[in-house]
Amino acid sequence: MDFEFTKDQKMLQEEVRKFADAHIAPDAAEIDQSRDFPWKNIKKTAEMGLLGIIVPEKYGGSGFDYISLAIAIEELSRCCASTGVIVAVNNSLVTYPIVAFGTEEQKQKYLPALCSGEKLGAFGLTEPNAGSDVAGMETTARLEGDHYIINGTKRFITNAGEAGTFIVFASTDRNLKHKGISTFIVERDTPGFSLGKHEDLMGVRATANCELIFEDAKIPKENLLGKEGQGFMIAMNVLDVSRIDIGAQAVGIAQSALDESVKYAKERKAFGQPIGNFEMIQNMLAEMATQICAARFLVYYAGHCKNKGMPRFSRESAMSKYYGATIAVDVARKGVQIHGGYGYTKDYPIERIYRDAKILELYEGTSEIQKIVIARDLLK
Amino acid sequence: MDIIACIKRVPQTAEADVKIDSSGKDIVKDRLQFDMNESDTYALEEAILLKEKFSGSLTVISVGTFDAEDTLRIALAKGADNAIRIKAEDFGELDGYKTAQLLKAVIKDLKHDAIFTGCIATDDYYSQVGVTLAELLGMPHASLVTKIEIDGNTVHAYRELEGGLLEHLAMSLPALFTIQTGINEPRYASLIAIRRAAKKEIKVIGKEEINAEDIVSFSSLEKLFTPPVGERAEILSGTLDEIGTRVQGIVKEKGLL
Repeated sequence: MDFEFTKDQKMLQEEVRKFADAHIAPDAAEIDQSRDFPWKNIKKTAEMGLLGIIVPEKYGGSGFDYISLAIAIEELSRCCASTGVIVAVNNSLVTYPIVAFGTEEQKQKYLPALCSGEKLGAFGLTEPNAGSDVAGMETTARLEGDHYIINGTKRFITNAGEAGTFIVFASTDRNLKHKGISTFIVERDTPGFSLGKHEDLMGVRATANCELIFEDAKIPKENLLGKEGQGFMIAMNVLDVSRIDIGAQAVGIAQSALDESVKYAKERKAFGQPIGNFEMIQNMLAEMATQICAARFLVYYAGHCKNKGMPRFSRESAMSKYYGATIAVDVARKGVQIHGGYGYTKDYPIERIYRDAKILELYEGTSEIQKIVIARDLLK
Repeated sequence: MDIIACIKRVPQTAEADVKIDSSGKDIVKDRLQFDMNESDTYALEEAILLKEKFSGSLTVISVGTFDAEDTLRIALAKGADNAIRIKAEDFGELDGYKTAQLLKAVIKDLKHDAIFTGCIATDDYYSQVGVTLAELLGMPHASLVTKIEIDGNTVHAYRELEGGLLEHLAMSLPALFTIQTGINEPRYASLIAIRRAAKKEIKVIGKEEINAEDIVSFSSLEKLFTPPVGERAEILSGTLDEIGTRVQGIVKEKGLL
């Protein structure tokens, strides 16, 4: 067993870390308040090849593995949770399904623009009345000649306000429940497709999170991803990969909370000495560091399962996401506690980090859903 | 144009708590992050820009231990063609003069029209290697360079002086330049370039190729230490507001307001 990164993983971490510290971190507080989408930085991530990390080179990607993807998402999220998830969505929720399930024509048509940042990706699965209950999906698609006609609404869609290419799930046969779901590649300028409410979120606020509205939207037949009825299988397969990314995002967010807390514990004095001298503070710091380390190795292990080509690794991926999210919220909470009253103000980054962490327990499957995935796999 | 850039891997100590190790001559490096020396990143970028403009080859050289190969690979990923590591572990304690002699021993056999180094290393602050190397190679040099223009065989190097003055030097190639931070915007290596650089060979040169007895040193490090806090000095800590309030209080106490 080898805990060392490969040479290219080590270099990737070093470069992304430097890049994120220099360019991503300085804008994090501002975009959290303004909700302005960080296009300037997203273009820079594209130039580095961070928008198509696992996409093969021949389609404009960087051709890296899934542990490398996690390393990059952790470093970006450590500096800015919004930027981290914008990049994560483009990678694992949009480029990955096209790489894994797309036809050669679809790969050639969509991947280069997604990797270059010319067209950002978004993933439309969740609906106003169907989040965890994917099979309860109300969006429909019916084939009419050479087009599918899509009707319905998607909600809480990261990147939606700025995206050019959307992966959208709709039912082609509602009687078949989850077996009637199909997946489509939808372009932004499709007639009948518009954006609804721009969500005013508690955290990850600069992610252009919007509703998608389909009113007789006409999608060319060739934009069906996979086959009719494969949508649920595609969604579950994609979520196995994306949950590694969210686990990595959780580790990055938690690491930033620890870094801020260690710094503060050394600087802040009470009763005539730095608060880091007090055992109650040390207790929290020790727990935080250990939790982060454990979560990080779960993420790497889930990435390793994918690298090895295991067809399904839902349990490992759900564990990495569930544990990462749980500890990130706890680590951020302890971070605020260490900062005392100052941690409740916008004078310190820990306030933003605490708000950002909460989303981890909700998106791409709530923690409760992750536990169901893990338990069902144990009991099957 | 054949260019050489000399780079160094250094610990990032700007925001770290630096502690002296048991030898008393080095710092504890276990938990520190290492990276390319800051001004070396600008020197490397300037070298890459010139290579891109005039074509030719770019070789990066580092005197360092095995880990320095990580930094050399980053340089390869950014655009260098070849990389050489001179095994620091073969030559004992290094001062600026010794490092320059090691670099000279390798560079004298390489084609070079221009050599770039950073102006100072953030671990030892010697600021000697570049200019000493130029002297040893018998070539002109300009230090603390903030702008370079090449016109035929003439190089115009600009140096920033105190008082807002700018010095313009004209020199012929080959020449050596120690580069000041801010001269350009160093690029980041793309992921594809990183993947390719990870597979490249790095040439390693040690005591088999360079006779250690020929490399002399004029100084040796006695010890590293933290200067004692002066009796009348009071170090203030806390938030900016707290420090400000305390400064205001002291100024009032001393009757200065």
